[in-house]
Amino acid sequence: MKYALLVHATPEYFEQRNDAAALAAGRAYGEALIAAGVFVGGAGLDGPQSTTTVTVRDGKRHVHDGPYAETKEFLAGFGIIEVPNLDAALEWAARHPLADRFSVEVRPLLGSHFSASAPKPA
Amino acid sequence: MSDSATQAAIEAVARQSYGRLIAYLAARSGDVASAEDALGDAFVAALERWPMDGIPQKPEAWLLHAARNRAIDAARRRQTQQEAEPILQQAAEEAQQIAEAHTIAEAKEHFPDERLKLLFVCAHPAIDAAARTPLMLQAVLGIDAARIASAFLVSPAAMAQRLVRAKNKIRAAAIPFCVPGPPEWEERVSFVLDAIYSAYTTGWESLNDSASTHHALAGEAIAIGRTLVSLMPTEPEARGLLALMLHCEARRAARYTSEGEFIPLDQQNPALWSRPLIEEAEAHLRTAATLHRLGRYQLEAAIQSIHASRAAPDRIDWPQILLLYEGLVRFAPGIGSLVGRAVALAQSGEPEAALRALEEIPAARVSDYQPYWAARAHVLQLLGRMADARRAYTRAAGLTDDPTLRTHLFQRSAQDA
Repeated sequence: MKYALLVHATPEYFEQRNDAAALAAGRAYGEALIAAGVFVGGAGLDGPQSTTTVTVRDGKRHVHDGPYAETKEFLAGFGIIEVPNLDAALEWAARHPLADRFSVEVRPLLGSHFSASAPKPA
Repeated sequence: MSDSATQAAIEAVARQSYGRLIAYLAARSGDVASAEDALGDAFVAALERWPMDGIPQKPEAWLLHAARNRAIDAARRRQTQQEAEPILQQAAEEAQQIAEAHTIAEAKEHFPDERLKLLFVCAHPAIDAAARTPLMLQAVLGIDAARIASAFLVSPAAMAQRLVRAKNKIRAAAIPFCVPGPPEWEERVSFVLDAIYSAYTTGWESLNDSASTHHALAGEAIAIGRTLVSLMPTEPEARGLLALMLHCEARRAARYTSEGEFIPLDQQNPALWSRPLIEEAEAHLRTAATLHRLGRYQLEAAIQSIHASRAAPDRIDWPQILLLYEGLVRFAPGIGSLVGRAVALAQSGEPEAALRALEEIPAARVSDYQPYWAARAHVLQLLGRMADARRAYTRAAGLTDDPTLRTHLFQRSAQDA
C-alpha cells in the first residue's frame, strides 16, 4: 500500500527550518526511509510566502499569491512511502522529525495512475 | 452525598475491581463484550442511585447484581425463553447470593477471583497475536480503545475493530474460561507473559535494553504483572517478568537530565534509581530461583539485576551479562536478544566478534530496527571505523521517534571513541 505522509507546520517553522540539527534530523529520516526500501518519493516545501495558487472558474484563470486557504498550519513537506499496511505507515509517521512539534497526516493513495505497477481501475 | 464524591467512589471501585467484575461475569457467560456492556450499564446505574441511596456497603456486590440483571435482560432479548431458562436461573441465584453475602469472606466465596482465567482467554492462541495485549488491557483494566490505540500507534478505528473481532472470536469459538493444565501450561503461560510485556514495552525504543522512553502503559503492565504473580505465586517466569519490569521502572528518574536530555543506562546516576523497586525486583527473582525452572524473563531480569548492582559505569560485569545473553538467545532468539548479546560481546572486549554477530542477523529483520543501528554504530566506533559508525548512527537517528534519543545519537555520532 502506498501512503502519503503530509507534514503540516506553523509559519514560524518555515523561518527556522534551516538550523543544523533540523537539517541533520531530516536527512537521517530520509536516509532511513530509503535504506528500509519504503521510500517512493517526497520533498520538503518552501514556505507559504512563496506559494502561488491557480484556479480556473468559468473558463477564467485566476492567479493569486499565497496558499489556497488561509490556515494556521501549512503543508511543509510530503513523502510517499510503500509499506504493507497502515500500522507500518503510522510507525514511519511517528519517526518524522517534525512529528513531536507539528503533525504528520497519513493518507492512503488512491489507485495510482502514476505507478506502472498499480492495478488498472476496473 | 455530592456528585463528585460519588464519582470518586465509583472510580475507586472501578480501579480496584474492574477486572475482577469483568472476569467474574465473562467466566460465566463466555462473553467478554456482553460482560463489559453489562458492567458499563451497572456503573451508569450506580451514578444514578448512589448519590441518592449512599454508597452501598459492598459496592462490588451491588455492581455485580446490577450487571447481572442487565445481562439477564440482554440474554432474554437474544435467546428464546426455553434455551435461556437454566442459565438465567443460575445467574439470578448467584447474583442473589452475592448481594446477600454478609461478610467479606462470604462475598469472596460467592465472588471468586476469575482474573487468571480471563488473562488466559485474552492471550489464547486462537486470538490474533496483535489483539492479545490490547484485549487484556481493556478487559482487565478497563482502558479505553482510543488510549490503547495511541500507545500502540494504531488508528483508533482499527483498534476498536480489532478488539471487537477478538471478543466475537471468544464467544463464537467458545474459548473456554479455564486455567490450562500441565501439558500446555508452559506455552500458554508464555503467551500471557508476552502480552503483559508487550504492554510494558509498547512505545519504547532503546539502545541496548528496554530502559528508555515513552512508557505509555508501563504502570498498567506492572499492575497486571503484580496481579499475575499473586494469582500464580509458584510460576517462576511470572516473577521473572515482574522483576524485569520493576528493574526498568526503577530507572525512570535517572533516564533524563533536568533539561530532558537522554541518558543511556551506563551513564545514569544509580543514586536516582528507586531502591524499593529494585529490592522488590530482587525479591521476586530470588523466589523465582527457588522454583528451579529457568526461562526467558528470569534471564532478562537477571541481566537488569547486574546493571542495577553496578558500583560505577566502568564496573559493569559485562562477561556475566554476556553469559546471560548466551542463555537468553537460546530461550528467545528474537532480534532484541541478538542485538543485546552483540553489545555484551563488544563491552566484554570483543568488538570484532560483536560485529560478526550483528552481521549474522538477516538484513531484512533490521532494516527499520533502531537499536540494531545504534549498537552497530557503537561497535564500529570501538573498531575505529569512524565513517561507518557515523553512517550507522545517522540510520539509527532516522529510525527513532524519540527526539531526545535522536539528539543523543547525533551527539554520539560526533564523538570519537
